[in-house]
Order: sequence, then structure tokens, then C-alpha cells
Amino acid sequence: MDERLIEALRLLPDRLAWHVVLSGSALLLACVISLPLAVLAHRHRSLRWPLLGLAGLVQTIPSLALLALFYPLLLGLSALTKTAFGLTFSALGFLPSLLALTLYAMLPLLRNAVAALQGIEPAVIEAARGVGMTQGQRLRIVELPLAAPVIMAGVRTASVWTIGAATLATPIGQTSLGDYIFSGLQTENWIDVLVGVAASALLAMTADQLLALVERGLSAHGGRGRGRTRAGLIGLIILAAAAVSPLFVSVAGSRYVIGAKNFSEQYILAELTAQRLERAHAQVTRRLNLGSTVAYRAVASGDIDVYVDYSGTLWTNVLGRTDNPGREAILTGLTTELRRRDGVTVLGSLGFENAYALAMKRDTAAKLGIRSMIDLTLVAPSLRFGADLEFTSRPEWASLQQAYGLNFGETRQYQPTFMYRALEGGDVDVISAFSSDGRIAADNLMVLADPRAALPPYDAVILISPQRAGDTRLISALRPLLGKIDADAMRRANYAVDRDGDKQSPAQAAQALDGAIGMRK
Amino acid sequence: MIEFKGVSKAYGGQRVLRDVNLTIAAGAFTALIGGSGAGKTTLLKTINALIAPDAGQVAIKGVPREGMEPHTLRRSIGYVFQDVGLFPHMTVAQNIGVTPRLQGFDGDEIDQRVASLLKLVGLSPEMADRLPSELSGGQRQRVGVARALAAAPRIMLMDEPFGALDPVTRGQLADDYHKLHRRLGLTTVMVTHDVTEAVLLADRILVLADGAVIADGTPAALLRGHTDKRVNALFDATRRQAKRMREAAGG
Repeated sequence: MDERLIEALRLLPDRLAWHVVLSGSALLLACVISLPLAVLAHRHRSLRWPLLGLAGLVQTIPSLALLALFYPLLLGLSALTKTAFGLTFSALGFLPSLLALTLYAMLPLLRNAVAALQGIEPAVIEAARGVGMTQGQRLRIVELPLAAPVIMAGVRTASVWTIGAATLATPIGQTSLGDYIFSGLQTENWIDVLVGVAASALLAMTADQLLALVERGLSAHGGRGRGRTRAGLIGLIILAAAAVSPLFVSVAGSRYVIGAKNFSEQYILAELTAQRLERAHAQVTRRLNLGSTVAYRAVASGDIDVYVDYSGTLWTNVLGRTDNPGREAILTGLTTELRRRDGVTVLGSLGFENAYALAMKRDTAAKLGIRSMIDLTLVAPSLRFGADLEFTSRPEWASLQQAYGLNFGETRQYQPTFMYRALEGGDVDVISAFSSDGRIAADNLMVLADPRAALPPYDAVILISPQRAGDTRLISALRPLLGKIDADAMRRANYAVDRDGDKQSPAQAAQALDGAIGMRK
Repeated sequence: MIEFKGVSKAYGGQRVLRDVNLTIAAGAFTALIGGSGAGKTTLLKTINALIAPDAGQVAIKGVPREGMEPHTLRRSIGYVFQDVGLFPHMTVAQNIGVTPRLQGFDGDEIDQRVASLLKLVGLSPEMADRLPSELSGGQRQRVGVARALAAAPRIMLMDEPFGALDPVTRGQLADDYHKLHRRLGLTTVMVTHDVTEAVLLADRILVLADGAVIADGTPAALLRGHTDKRVNALFDATRRQAKRMREAAGG
């Protein structure tokens, strides 16, 4: 079997288990909320349209955005409860994912349940009143059993949606089958993407078929479908129990939560951290694919324990500074400011820089006579610029524009992987590259000089959350890395993951990187 | 047995019952006839509180209504209507046993009751496990009658009970019900648009128009003629039919 497939399957039990826990509880919660609401909407005409309209409105929000919005919402809520009751909760991971998916699942449930209840023959309702049923008895004995098959059809739709949408929980820090898809897309590891898609599709199909069995059992009247309903329910319980069981195997001990943003270098460094901790017999959970500012907030609030960020990013985006006092001043400034403000520890820098830089193909640059940003400014209006998803909204872009008066003819946004592809394919002429990226050398790109020092240095630094600040196991596992990873080593590791042929997984690259550090010691 | 005192009801300004005062004796078979919109069904449904009058009251002797929940009242009154309204997800036996079940009878008692009711309405015991969708129209309404009788009510309310059936089934079912009414000593109030049916079954006919009782008498008396033209018009067809039947039988 392919090594990358083996590597992918090794991670399957944990990801599948979380996926099932997440989508299962979202579905259950949505049922618990939607069914009483549907009964209410059925009884009170005035509530019907507002409720269905609201559920429909939620459905129009792109699911990724809905999940993303719950993070700041819960963060604010957590701050509120902290001042009010001294109580905090994690705004990242399970809770926002659960709430967003629950909301998302409510429309098919509500719509089907209301339609089912409304669709019952008036004569049957008249008879139920005529034989002397109370409203509650009518609901229990007549309305719900008759509406059950259509309600179940809604549950099936909701379950397929929820299982699919649960893959989007990855960027807000919840482990799911989406981890395969997001990381795979980033590192162009299509085997990973396929494993994620196949696992989630299989899960959705199995759940759907078992629910279909329950539905058919419910539509057979007079107790004739009881066997099928029971078989379907037992199947669902077995499926859920089997999928979730890996989570109970290893719960002892406190887990270290390692974060990573959404690109190859971050995956490799997270793996490197994880492997070192695991060698120190610690339990580790990975939270990959976090957004750039989400990652810092998560470490400040303790949702993750450790991750690697870059000094320039922290300086401009977290501290909001626009000046550039130089490498050392920025590092010491960060160390004292982040500790003072958020209790976050800057353990130290790893030894390499991953700067934002503008890059273009060497031959294009030569043809246009461009060597630095100053040269670029002159021809920029006739060039197309490809940026990663966040670059143009970051302060660095503003200071670049300010320093050089840059003004491109056209700007497009890409996932980092596709940004390089776009440059290669001639869709864009200039990209926002990362200086430690292996593809700069591999694709024969030229990084444009920044003579006015508009961009700060971007030393890779290890950040540790407030509650792990004095954790000796963590610190002694990571301290040996400080100053030991130079730009070449990092670039090689990145390229091993990003290249088209003979790809390595982030875990393999991390192992190789760790080995190289050991040799140099 | 049933007493209406100044009962009025309006729907959105449209008066459907106008100050109805009426007493229905125990054991009587009373038919309510009249054109559509005359208020027959509304009057019937005030008896088991499916409709609450705007003014006046309906008293039922022997059943104190003060403070009684409408659903408790309905359990003691049988109700049969044209659409039958059998519960499609329940077997015949479960349909018939529904009111005893609501009243908390135990399973054996309900089974016995269902068996005897099936016999009473002329259905074979093997019907018990069928679903309503597996029955003919006539069988369905027999189950409807059995369900209404399950809690041993003293009063039966019937709203065009046989209206949707073919003439043969209809006549048979009407006859069978008439026998049950006698045998069980029921007080029956039946709404029908079929004057002939009313004449053949009832021992008292009430003619309604515009929410008021415009004629009240035995079938024989009303057949003989009435001062109100509207009443006569209703009975004309039946009279002519009877005459032709006599001639056909004689010739």
C-alpha cells in the first residue's frame, strides 16, 4: 500500500470518531429543538412563517461562514460570562461547530415536520377530537405517528447535510474528516483529500440507509414495521458506538493541544512538536488549519497550548505596530508585550525566517528589468497580482503600498498552493510568496528586494499558552529546537511536502527535519 | 335528555344559529334536515362541544357539564361523520378500542369490548387486524360506528354518516344502525340531507333554515304537509317518490 495512504488511515479512527460525535450530537440537538418548534408552528399559524423563514435564512449563510461566525460570537460570550460569573469556555473547536451545525440542520427538520403535521387529513383530526383526545393525546397517538415517516425523511436530509458540513469544522479547530480535505488541499496530497471525501461520503450513506430503514418501518402501519425500525435504530447505535470507541481508549492524562495555521510549514512544525511531546510520553491533540489571527487568539485563551507564529505577523497584526525597529527589537518587544498583555510566552525563535515577500518568475523579471519593489512599482499597473487569502487584508500589504505606491492592474486571491500554480501557469505575474517556501527555488522564482524595509522580519517563534507557561515537560521538549532550524532545512522540509513527485507527509518531513537537527547538534 | 337554551353562533358576522331552544328526549331518534348552510352540523357539534356557542347553553341530563373538560364530555358521546376519520396507522381493533384506551381500560377489557362491537356492527372477527386502507367504504363506516359505541355512550351524534356510500350499502347500514339504536336504547341525533332517509329512520324530524328550527314533528306529520313553504318544498320530492313507488308496486 502507498505510504501516504497508510499514514492517512493511521489518523482515520480519531478523525472519524470526532466527525461522528460532532455530526451525531448536532443532529440530536437539532431534533430536540426542531420537533417542539414544529409542533408549536403547527398549532400557531402566526409562528409558522417566522420560524420557517428564520431557518431558511440560516440556510442561506454559506456553511463555512456560519461556522466561522460562531467563533467570535462565542469569544464575546465567553468574555461576558467571565466578567459576570467568572466562567469561561472554549470558543474554539467543538462548541462553535456543534452550534453552527445544529442551526444548519434545523431547516430540513422544521420544514418536513411542519409539512407532515399540516398534511394530516382533517377528518382524522376531527375524529381524534370526536373520540375525546386531549391536545397532548392527539399529538402522541395520532399526529406524531402519522407524521413520523415525513419527519424521518427530514432527519435523513439533515443527517446527510450535517455529515457533509461537519468537514468544515476543521478551520475552527475541531478535528473532523475535514482535516484530510483541508490539509490535503494545502499540500496537494490528493490521497488525503480522497480519503477524507470517501470516509465522509461513506459515513453519510450508511447513516442515510439506516435512517431509511427506520423511515420505512415507521410508514408501515399497525405495528407491522416495528422490526425494521428496530433494526435501523440498532444499526445506528452500533455504527455510532464503533466509530466513537477510539476516543475512549486513551483519555488518561492531560492532553497537549498543538495548533497550526493552514500551510505545509505549519503542519510540519506541528508534527515536529507533536512527535517530540509524544516521545516524552505526552498525549497530543492536533488542531490544524486555523486562521492566522484565530491561532493567536486560541493560544491566548488556552484553546491550544502551543504553535509556531512569525514575529512580523505578531508585530503588525496582533500588536498593530506599523514601525520596523529591526529584528532584535521586534523579538524583545514581542516577548515582553505578549507576556504582559495576554500571558503568552514567546519561547524563542527557531532559527529561520518565513517572510512575506513578493516573487515573480525569474525570466519575466529579467525581461521587465525588475530587481526590487521600486522597479516593480513602475510596471505594476500592467501586471496581475496573485495573493494568498489573507495577504491583501493584512497591514503588511498596506505598508507595502504606502512605501512603494504599488498599484497592480488586477488582484486575485488563491489558496497558497494554487497561488504558485497560477504563477506557473501565467494566470498572474507577481505573487505574495513565503520566503521559506521550497517552491521558490524549485520553480525558479525571484524574490523582490525590499530596500525601504516596508516589511518587518518574520522569525518563526514558538508561542505557549498562559496555562502551560510553567510546563517543564513541554518546554524541555521544545527548547532543543530553538535556533536549530535554518532556512535551508525548513525549505527542504517544505518542498518534500509540496513537490509533485515523491511527496512526503508532514509527519515524515517532520521526522526528517528532527533527524537533521540531531545531526547538527 | 339534551336541552338547548337560547343557543346562538356566528362566524365572522354570519349567523349560523339563531336562538335555538329545543329539548330532545332520551331514547329518541332525531333527524336534522335542511339545506346546506342551514346550521345542522353546527347545532349537532354544540352537543359534544366540538363547537362552543356564542350565547346560550346546551345541557345534557345525567352528565353534569359544569366544569367538565370538553374531551371528557366527548368520550361519553358517540360521534360518527361522513368522512369516518379512521386512524390510518391503527388496525380496526385499535381504532375501535381508542376511547376505552383513553379512559384507561386494561388490555383484556378492550379486547373483549372490540370483539363484541365487531359482532354488533356485523363485521367478522378476522377484520380486527386489518388496516382501514384494506376495508371497503361500508366496512369503514361500520368500524366508525363501532368506535363511536366503544365507550358505551348514551348519546350518538351522526353527521351524514352514510352519505358517501352506495345506495345498497347505505340502506343496509342505516337499517342495521336503526336496530342498534333500538336495542341499546340510544339517544340518536343525525344530520342528513336525505329527507327519505330521515323519514325512514327518525321518529322526530327538525327542519332548519338560516340557523333556526322552522319545523318540528314526526315524519308522518311533516309528510302530510306544513304551513311553511320551505318545509313543503323539502318533502315534495320524497312524497312524489313514495307515490310513484306505490304505483309501480301496484301496477
